[in-house]
Amino acid sequence: MSIAITTQIICFTVLSLVILIGALGVVLLQSIVYSAFLLGGVFMSVAGLYLLLNASFVAAAQVLVYVGAVNVLIIFAIMLVNKKEDLKPINDIKSRRIISTSICLTLLSLLIRVDLTNIWSLSSPQNSIGEESTIRIGEHLFSDYLLPFEVASVLLLMAMIGAIVLARRDVMNKDISTGLPVDQELIEKSSEPLLTNKN
Amino acid sequence: MEYGLDLEYSFNEFLKGFGLSSEIAHIIWLPLPMLLVLLAAVVGVLVTVWLERKISAAAQQRIGPEYAGALGVLQPIADGLKLLVKEDIIPAKADGILFTAGPILVLVPVILSWLIVPFGQNLLISNVGIGIFLWIALSSIQPIGLLMSGYASNNKYSLLGGLRAAAQSISYEIPLALSVLAIVLMTNSLSTIDIVNQQSGAGILSWNIWRQPVGFIVFWICALAECERLPFDLPEAEEELVAGYQTEYAGMKFALFYLGSYINLILSALLVSILYLGGWGFPIPVELIAKFLNLPINSPFIQVFTASIGIVMTVLKAYLLVFIAILLRWTTPRVRIDQLLDLGWKFLLPISLANLLITAGLKLAFPQFFGG
Repeated sequence: MSIAITTQIICFTVLSLVILIGALGVVLLQSIVYSAFLLGGVFMSVAGLYLLLNASFVAAAQVLVYVGAVNVLIIFAIMLVNKKEDLKPINDIKSRRIISTSICLTLLSLLIRVDLTNIWSLSSPQNSIGEESTIRIGEHLFSDYLLPFEVASVLLLMAMIGAIVLARRDVMNKDISTGLPVDQELIEKSSEPLLTNKN
Repeated sequence: MEYGLDLEYSFNEFLKGFGLSSEIAHIIWLPLPMLLVLLAAVVGVLVTVWLERKISAAAQQRIGPEYAGALGVLQPIADGLKLLVKEDIIPAKADGILFTAGPILVLVPVILSWLIVPFGQNLLISNVGIGIFLWIALSSIQPIGLLMSGYASNNKYSLLGGLRAAAQSISYEIPLALSVLAIVLMTNSLSTIDIVNQQSGAGILSWNIWRQPVGFIVFWICALAECERLPFDLPEAEEELVAGYQTEYAGMKFALFYLGSYINLILSALLVSILYLGGWGFPIPVELIAKFLNLPINSPFIQVFTASIGIVMTVLKAYLLVFIAILLRWTTPRVRIDQLLDLGWKFLLPISLANLLITAGLKLAFPQFFGG
């Protein structure tokens, strides 16, 4: 076995372990802040897996979008909004856990089935494009995937307009269902920082 | 354009001469450029710290460091040693793990980005295909480290500083990426080597600063904002937030933040010189000098001359920009948070978008000047 292949196997093992343990931590940890930071670690390791597959552009995009934007915004939201308070105990927690576990297991079995039935090996090693992948992705986005690409941008625009409408209080100063003016103090309260109670 | 010294090839051939296999030679080669670049980054920080102290002293009509070595050149080393032997304090109610991980997460992406900084045709760690995009992606990790240390300090000033840093970093990343995109559009490549080679046609006249003046200014403002240098140093505004996310840090952990911010400043200056000021290119093309001296372009003398002038030019351009950054820091007042966000979202973002559009139009109209 050559040194290159050994390095690849070591990297793959470490990355997979980090992804598995990190993802379990995201779900099982009690502290929401730890979960959010671990989620960032999982995203980074997924980018590492893309790098191992020679997809450097996808890896960098993964870091930029998921770690740099999505995860930062999640942490940002947690720190701006969440206050240190005990969550109310839920009555039927056991049955809920059973239902969610069964749904997850069903999804897992579906994924395992896909994994087993799909033919993964490439027809020839020359088909891997490596460094050229950036150009290929660009060509595909502007030819056969043009419509999904444009629809995705419309979706993002809609989300942006929605966020602006929500943030502008002069537009959203009435409750939609009752027609009563919105309690502005509620919005002010939610923006209190996380640690004020502790100090 | 395949000329220039290839140290890796010669080194590997040299080791093979001792009967080593090419794999072993490659493994022995790998850490060398990394260590060299790390060393260059740290020495660069020491020089920048000294410059900052001296220039700030001059701006305030003081003398500045004087007793440690000639003109105080050893002062940054004394600073570093002091930080090294200081007690490592973790506040009692802080979150130990996140408190330690924060500074590391701030420093590591900055150092990783040096991967793509070229000092010559073959003088860089790795000519990865995604080049400049790697830097944009890596620099987006930094705010997580800042938020982490701000939260873990368990101090309201730290938390505010961390949140400000993340907000600032997110807002200025977009115009930064858009102005890089305009350059990439002209080069047809993301690789930093190709970006510099595309500017090397006619010496100083073919530098991107003439074709992208708006992009150059937008990029420089955004780079300063990403480095949290003074017109934009809200995350650590001393008068308002003590020292922002750094408030609770001491000793080596504080030194990591300090190192990170200066390495980031030098990196930004290097990238401005690569993207807009012709990278390692001499103002007069080396081919012309070789023709003048009646030497073939492949002669060993011209090769070594090109390589050394490349390194000197890159460092010189970068330090000129560092000098401007230091002058700006000691002569301009800080912007307010609303001014900062207004500048980013209402001014730089539309301008960089328009710049991208105009660049695309000019590229279609004049392909010989704006890259075909």
